[in-house]
Order: sequence, then structure tokens, then C-alpha cells
Amino acid sequence: MATGIKDKVAILGMGCSKFGERWDASPEDLMVEAYSEAMADAGIVPEQLDAAWFSTHMDDVGVGRGGTPMAIALRLPNIGVTRVENFCAGGSEAIRAAVYAVAAGACDIALALGVEKLKDTGYGGLPTATVGTYIPQWYPNAVAPANFAQLASAYQRKHGVDAALLKRAIAHVSVKSHANGAKNPKAHLQKAITEEQVLKAPMIAEPLGLFDCCGVSDGAAAVIVTTPEIARSFGKRDFVTFKALQVSVSNGWEMHSNEWDGSYMHTARIAAKKAYAEAGVTKPRGQIGMTEVHDCFSITELVTMEDLGFSEEGHAVRDVLDGVFDADGEVPCQIDGGLKCFGHPIGASGIRMLYEMYLQLQGRAGPRQLASPRLGLTHNLGGQPSQNVCSISIVGLQGA
Amino acid sequence: MIGITGFGGYVPRLRLSRKAVVEANAWYAPQFAGKARGTRSMANWDEDAITMAVAAARDCLGASEDRSAVRSVYLASSTLPFVERLNAGVVCEALTLREDVEALDIVGSQRAALSAVTEGLSKARDVDGDVLVVAADNRKVRPASSQELDFGEGAAALLLGSKNVLAEFLGSSALTVDFVDRFRMAGEDIDYHWEERWVRDEGIGKLAPKAIAAALEKAGVEAARIDHFILPSTFAKMDAQVAKSCGIRAEAVVDGLAEGVGETGVPHALLMLAHVLERAKPGEHILIAEFGSGAQALVFRVTEAIGSFAPKRGVSGWLALGVDERNYTKFLSFKDQLRLERGMRGEQDKKTALSTAYRHKSAILGLVAGRCEVTGKVHFPPSRLSYEPGAAALDTQRPYKLAERRANVLSWSAEYLSFHMSPPNYYGQVDFQGGGRILMEFTDLAKGDVESGTEVEMVFRIKDIDERRGFTRYFWKATPVRTA
Repeated sequence: MATGIKDKVAILGMGCSKFGERWDASPEDLMVEAYSEAMADAGIVPEQLDAAWFSTHMDDVGVGRGGTPMAIALRLPNIGVTRVENFCAGGSEAIRAAVYAVAAGACDIALALGVEKLKDTGYGGLPTATVGTYIPQWYPNAVAPANFAQLASAYQRKHGVDAALLKRAIAHVSVKSHANGAKNPKAHLQKAITEEQVLKAPMIAEPLGLFDCCGVSDGAAAVIVTTPEIARSFGKRDFVTFKALQVSVSNGWEMHSNEWDGSYMHTARIAAKKAYAEAGVTKPRGQIGMTEVHDCFSITELVTMEDLGFSEEGHAVRDVLDGVFDADGEVPCQIDGGLKCFGHPIGASGIRMLYEMYLQLQGRAGPRQLASPRLGLTHNLGGQPSQNVCSISIVGLQGA
Repeated sequence: MIGITGFGGYVPRLRLSRKAVVEANAWYAPQFAGKARGTRSMANWDEDAITMAVAAARDCLGASEDRSAVRSVYLASSTLPFVERLNAGVVCEALTLREDVEALDIVGSQRAALSAVTEGLSKARDVDGDVLVVAADNRKVRPASSQELDFGEGAAALLLGSKNVLAEFLGSSALTVDFVDRFRMAGEDIDYHWEERWVRDEGIGKLAPKAIAAALEKAGVEAARIDHFILPSTFAKMDAQVAKSCGIRAEAVVDGLAEGVGETGVPHALLMLAHVLERAKPGEHILIAEFGSGAQALVFRVTEAIGSFAPKRGVSGWLALGVDERNYTKFLSFKDQLRLERGMRGEQDKKTALSTAYRHKSAILGLVAGRCEVTGKVHFPPSRLSYEPGAAALDTQRPYKLAERRANVLSWSAEYLSFHMSPPNYYGQVDFQGGGRILMEFTDLAKGDVESGTEVEMVFRIKDIDERRGFTRYFWKATPVRTA
């Protein structure tokens, strides 16, 4: 019987580059930026790293496949470097691999780093993806905004929500994240916005306007993990440990059966249930103090609040508008600005979410520091509502 | 008895305002001011002769899944997308016909459709089963030409055979004469036309009556007994003039649909015939004639069975479903005569892996899903493993056709970000009535036409165009169910 990951692995150090339109930086530069901060934070030298996992998604505008781009960029001491890729949840996969390696006793210290260089395409939005030879022959010429926008039409119908009310609620999601992002010097977008601006923005994919979509950014983030014993031996006090790490992947049920109603993420509910069990969480709304969720689009965040059990089904619209997830609300969400404003360099995002939890739990989050968060949850989604990868982690201070 | 056993038509939904065209070109071609009346049908960007032929054939064959009675398919057109690749073969796959059908492309003259009917009637005598004749055209013409205003797009289909004959074939004639009123060399895409007066007087005016007289004689029917006279032409009163010279009554001349549709090319005579058959009475005589590299005429007599058949929508149905289009630049862009900026997202390679396409041709071209024999669940695309919690089953799926089934929209969006020939790009998940779900593109719709729950039907359309290699790939799209 598996005993789970709770308190078996600690974070030794973390780093995160400035996210944004980094015209000045190559992907290698971004990796060095995140890595240098993480190594300094951990207080170790490269020779102490036993293995590394590398997350990056886009081949065409990125650094290429395999482990060499990271090994070379960081001049790693010929340790094993494995590239992992799982859509926008790739960063969480790199974390999972490193954490499991430490938990298995195969490594003492492991590095997980994610990077994405998206702004060398020449156009806005995510690069067009290659999807093999069969899919393009029948599948729509789909893009992320329209894939996620469909949540809105299905949610609206299922819960009988007025279109204008839903539009206002998702506008509030973005207004809140911009307010948070304005306090984060590493965020891509650091300007507060108004509800009116959101409502009047150009349409991207009905009903999502420009401000309902997250930033497409360059950036990198890194985490170094070890055992609690080693962390202690390095003189670390109040270190953060993993309480749960769960991934759920669609098997085609949502896409191919007629049972899924299109208004929520099936995998998120499964991963959340498993993560709460692993972490011993029984009442998420009372026990989880903050979240970083995959707010690729405002509507995604809204339905995710239900998937994670913070709102009852059909009640997220009301909770969002009541400010439950605002910085001063009951369960602050995207306190660092989220994908919306911190930005979304795909392969790095899962690690960036963890970075904010790590800073908050250690009281190092500066002007956006929350009072006394005990447990933090990250929710990292890859793919689209109808077929996706959902990764959920719960972290807290050792002993929490 | 051999004759017509079924009929159908297709007219694209968009109807381009001639006034909009004339006004846009008035600075250059003021001589067309007098033609600024009515509309002409206009194919959507994702339609071509193949897709329109499929639409007309479906209109004729109806919703039945069993199309095994169709033994031969003749596709007539002057604008078939492929020069090498059997275009009729694509139509057969889309219609999920048996593999052992005979299929031919018939091209090369304006009377290709009647040549196909003549061949089909001979074939129908020999085979136990039906012959499907389909004709379709999507022509390109010069902007600011009279053809731009006179022509339209459409398709028509006839089923020929000996069972339940709706209109008995009585006789025909064909004249092959190298009279060149227009030509187009291989590789070119626009016809070159000679002077109208010469074509009228020396061509249609002389050759058509000759063919008509010969057909009437073979049929043993006197000209005055013709109740419906079909002779497509863009020339004003050409049909009436020929009718008069042949002794056919003026009131028998069938309206050429010039006001709303325009002359659709190769399919036009059959489109008019399909329209006439909707209202023809038992005992009436129909003469259908076409001019082109000679002339051809056929005579039919409507039988008592005529009331036993109705096309799915019929020409009248399609006529009623039109919507006015006033964007002339949209027309030019759809015809690839105005290159609009596509942005970098429009640079994506659309190469088609032919081996993949063949492996999955029944799913892609026929929209055939897999239905699990154990659970009854429908999977698209079909797969070896069926999903059922705790009970995945191997190799339990059997072919299950979805094309004629209706569906309802589960979720949708309209996206303005990426390149699309007619933005925004509407797509969403549709749930088929009876099972099955596909995330698919929508077509033929305007803002407000779709919402969660909207009932949709399937149409066979162009999926993508690979401009680098010159290849069009096809798939099915959803369009709101409309009734006139």
C-alpha cells in the first residue's frame, strides 16, 4: 500500500526569472536566471546535484528536445537530465519526477527547471502546435481560447446563469489577478485594471475578451528538492515540504462519450480528491489557505474553484463576485498575479506556482505577503477542458 | 421501364447581391448597371464541386443509411478540383457507398451532365440497381465580367433505374460539333468566351433545335406536347427563342432561376429538372436540352409514381434557405481572387499524410464512427478499445454512420485569433442523437445562429487547403438545422 508523498520531500531552494516579453533574454539566459537564484537560495554547488528534470513544451520556437539544452545552458556536471513534457502541466511533471527520485532514495538532491521562450514567434498568443498526421484531418483548427471558452457556454446552460452575469464574474477574476500582479515585480503584467476595461476589450473567443486571457510570456522557474533530513543538515529551518502530488489524465471519456457536460474539468476533480486524501485535507475551504490555479482563461479559474471544492457546484459565480478568492478573501487565489499577470511560459508555469507558495509559506512574499497561510495548493492544467492533464500539489511548512 | 427514380439539388446558402457587385465595380464597368437586380448563389469558402455534389446526392438519396442499391456514380462538372484522382471516388466515400460501385468523372463540355444522364440510362438497363448522376460546378470568372453576375453555384443529382420510375425516359439525341463558344486549356482556371451574338445565332440557335427535333422524333412525342422545356442559357430569352423555333409552347419554358441563383454551369439543366420534378404531374412531358460542343436533348414522361418521392430538401427548399450577402470582397476572397492578409498564423503547413488519410478514410470521408456492441456507446474516431469504467472492451466496435444523424451543440465558441477564411472560426462539441460526440468545426452560420443546445446537421466540406502542394482535404462540419 502506497503511503503517499506527505512530508517525505523538502524544498531546498527555488528561483524564478522575471516573466514577460523578454526581448533581452534567450531561453538559456532565462534558465540561468532561475537556476542561479535557486542555487543561491539552496546554498549548494552544482556538484551536489544528483539529477535534473527539464520541462519545456514548444519545440519549434523553444530550445529543442531532450535534456541537452538545459545541461548545456547550466553547464551541469554531467548528471542525468531528462526532458519532460505534458502540455501546460509540464512544469509540475518535472517537479514530480524530482520529488519522486528523492523520495525513492535514488537521489539526495534533485533539480526541476522549466523554461519557455514564446515571444520569438512573431505573433501574439501561443504558437500553433503540431499534432501528428491524423488529428489535423478531422479535428478543428482549434486554439486554446476557444477550447476553454466552451466551458462558459456549457456552464451557463447547465446552471442557468445569465450570460451578462457570468461575463461580469469572469471579469472580476481578471480584475483581482491584475490587482495582485501589480504588487509583483517579477510579473509580466503589473497594471491594475477595471471591470469596465475587461468588459469592453476586443473579443478573442466568445465570450472571452482580451483580458480574459492570460499573458503569453517568456520565463523560467526552478526548484531544488531534497529530504527533510538533508534540508535540516543544511541548517534550513521552517522549510516547505510536499503534502500531496497528484496527476490525473483524461482517457477520452470527456471527448468521446456523451456523459460529460462540458462545464467542468473531470480530471481536476479526480486529482483534487486524491491530493486531499494524500495530504489529509478533509475541508479544503477551511484548511487550504491559498491557491495558485491554472487561470489560463478567467472562466477556467471560475470553474476550477468548484472542481477543487472551494465553491459548491453552481456557486462559483457568486463566490467570485463576493470576493472569496480576492487577496483579502477567505481563500486568496493567484496572489502572485497567476498565469493572468505573472504570465504563462508554459513549461515553467507549474514551478512558478510552487514558487509563490514557497515564498508565502516562508513569509518572503513582500508587499503581497498573506497573514499566515498554512497550506497552499497549486493546480496546473495542460490541454483543454475535454482532454487534459491536471496536476495538483499541496505544500506546507514541515509539520503543518 | 427505365427512367428517373429520384432527384435532388443543392444551392449554397449565400446569395450575393448583384447590386453590391455592380456598385463595387461601377467605376470600371458602368455598363452592368442594368444587371444590378436579384442575387446569384455563392459557394462558401469551404465548398467546391465535390462538396456540392455530395450535398445534392444526399438531397436525392435521403437519410437512409442503406445506399447499397447505388451501383454506378457519374460525376459531371467543368470545375472538378482534382485532375488526377477520381473526384467521383471522393463523392462515393462521403456517401459511404459500396466499394464495388463503378464511378466516373465526366468533364469537357457544358452538356457533360446530360452526357452523364444518357450514359447512366444505358447503364441502368444493364445493372440490377441504381445509377447516381451528380453534377456540380464552382466556377471562377473575371471580376467585372458579365459572367460574374450571370453565373451562380450549385449542384443537382438524379437517380436512374427501373424501380419506381418517376419519369420515364422516352428518347434522346446528341450532336457533337466542335463549336467553340468558350474554352479553357488545362491548367487555366477561367474560360475565354467568344461574342454572344455569334454564339446565339450560329451556335445555340442552330444546334439546339436540331438536337431537340431528333430527340422528339426518337421519343415519338410532338413538340407541342412538351409541358416543361429546359434549356439553360445566360442569354436573355434564348430558351424562349429556341422553344418557338421548335414548336414548343411558350408557357412550357422553365424558368432558369436567373433572378435568385444564376446559371450554375454543368449542373444547371439538372437543377432546373429537379426543380420541375417537385411540381410535375403524371403524364406531363419534359424536354431537357443543353448546348456545348454540340447539343443534347432528352425526353421524359412523368409517371403516376411521381408523388411517391420527395427529396430531402429539394431545390425549392434550398432556394428558400438563402441569405443575402453584400460583401463583394468576401466573394473575391472565397474565389481566391483577392488575397487578404492572413497573418503569421495563416502560414501553418496543411500537408496531408496520404497513408494516414487512407487508413482512416471511412472516419474522415464517411463520418463513420464505431459503436460498441457490448455497451452501445459510440466512439469517434473509432478505436480498438472502448472505454467503460472498469470494463474496457477490445475490438467490440462496429461501423456506425453519423453523417445523416442530427446532433445538438454541447459547447461552442467563435474565435477571432487565428486565420480563418471566414472569421470568426466557430467550433464546438456536438452530441449526436443516438450517441457519439465530436469536437468539430461549424459552417454556414452567422452571429446568433448557435448556442448550447442548438440542433445541427452534418455537411461535407473542405477542411483545409494545402496551398504549397495543391491539395484539398475534406471532412464534415456542423451547421444549424434550418427549415424554410
